[in-house]
Amino acid sequence: MSTIKVHVDMNLCQSHGECVFAAPDVFELGDDDVLVWEDEVDASKRAELEEAVNVCPMLAIKLEG
Amino acid sequence: MAGLVIVGASLAGLRAAQGARAAGFDGELVVVGDERHRPYTRPPLSKELLGGTDDDLAACAFPCDDLDVTWRLGSQAVALDVAAREVELAGGARVAYSRLILATGCRARPWTGPGAELDGLHTLRHLDDAVALRADLSGARRLVIVGAGFIGCEVAASARKLGLDVTLIDIAPLPMPALGATLGERCAELHRSHGVDLRLGTGIAALHGDADGRVSAVELADGERIGADAVVIALGAIPNSEWLRGSGLELQPGVVCDETLTAQGHDEILCAGDLAAWPHSLAGGALVRVEHWTNAAEQGTLAGRNAVVERAERTPYTAVPSFWSDQYDVKIQAVGLPRLAERVTIAEASPEGDRFVAIGERDGQVVTALAFNGARRLPWYRRQVGSGAAPDEVLAAVAADPKAFGAPEPAVRA
Repeated sequence: MSTIKVHVDMNLCQSHGECVFAAPDVFELGDDDVLVWEDEVDASKRAELEEAVNVCPMLAIKLEG
Repeated sequence: MAGLVIVGASLAGLRAAQGARAAGFDGELVVVGDERHRPYTRPPLSKELLGGTDDDLAACAFPCDDLDVTWRLGSQAVALDVAAREVELAGGARVAYSRLILATGCRARPWTGPGAELDGLHTLRHLDDAVALRADLSGARRLVIVGAGFIGCEVAASARKLGLDVTLIDIAPLPMPALGATLGERCAELHRSHGVDLRLGTGIAALHGDADGRVSAVELADGERIGADAVVIALGAIPNSEWLRGSGLELQPGVVCDETLTAQGHDEILCAGDLAAWPHSLAGGALVRVEHWTNAAEQGTLAGRNAVVERAERTPYTAVPSFWSDQYDVKIQAVGLPRLAERVTIAEASPEGDRFVAIGERDGQVVTALAFNGARRLPWYRRQVGSGAAPDEVLAAVAADPKAFGAPEPAVRA
């Protein structure tokens, strides 16, 4: 099973939550509004991950694999 | 053979190029842009950048070196010939296309009244605008901002952070008028508590200058003059669609598209971002145009993909709009179409009063959710807007949700 690694630069993230809209199974804003995410995701979710990368206003998300 | 031409080199144009490549398009791809810059992200222009360094400027550039694109930058498109399938650029050059994506966006609405020619007068849309404003702010003490929408409010917050005296003027009774009175009242409190002199419900009559031709005062409709070292005109945006007049495309003034972002009557032409007017189910299938970052990103991607497949394979754009504004330490966000709301109800609010989410309804359906420091709650609300949920169901679900901020004070406003 192939997976995609998800990197988020938390120096850039401003908790807009657009990635949560795009990929709610992967990204979530915690109670303190800090982003939490799965760092290794099944490749079947590539489309929503790419959408999350595309809509991040801070360009903080990178995918690997 | 002519390839894919994208007119507009900002977010929607960039995402369209990327979307086309991601969909497997390997033909010639030309991106025409009227600015001399490669695509960059605009949200920091009204915020960090105004007090920032040149490194902050460089950080706005989108990564796009690996995109196989012929850039025609500093070139303004002036006409479209749909019969010849050519775009005419200023200076007379013509660029042939087999498929075309229109993404020329909007420009800042200028002040055209008395004093429009003065120095020290700014609009804010482009990187070069932000650089010019930044330079002016560094030597200014008093900033007057005309227009309290997204850009006006954000510039006010940025300028207060820099220590300037700020006067914020709008003819509307509350700031952020696009988001309604509930948000507007909180936004007015926010700016007042940060020392902004808010002048609401008043227009301006004229700008006045000194002997050197530099702006020195803004005259309100009632004759009062407010001293200014710099003035920002933030009166909203105008779609850049004049160049398409006479082309045969239907303009309103955005380009009228179907739900796949294909221009009405022209299968080879698509549109994305601020310029696109497309039918949205939230508006009962009426045409909407959305001038926000996420819309440009998402529509660009889809238009790029749709442009390189045949008509029957194109997919519709159905996203629920989402947008935000950062002011001081507050993140104001909205999902859906706030201007449709006929009634706004606060659905949840923190006991401290620093966070809340409100819903807006029309015809028994939630059409928008508006949040004040409520980012983590919005994904759920966005799904409710997308599914056309009834307001009572949403309010009942929030009341029973332990993750909600808390029960709101009873408050219902139009």
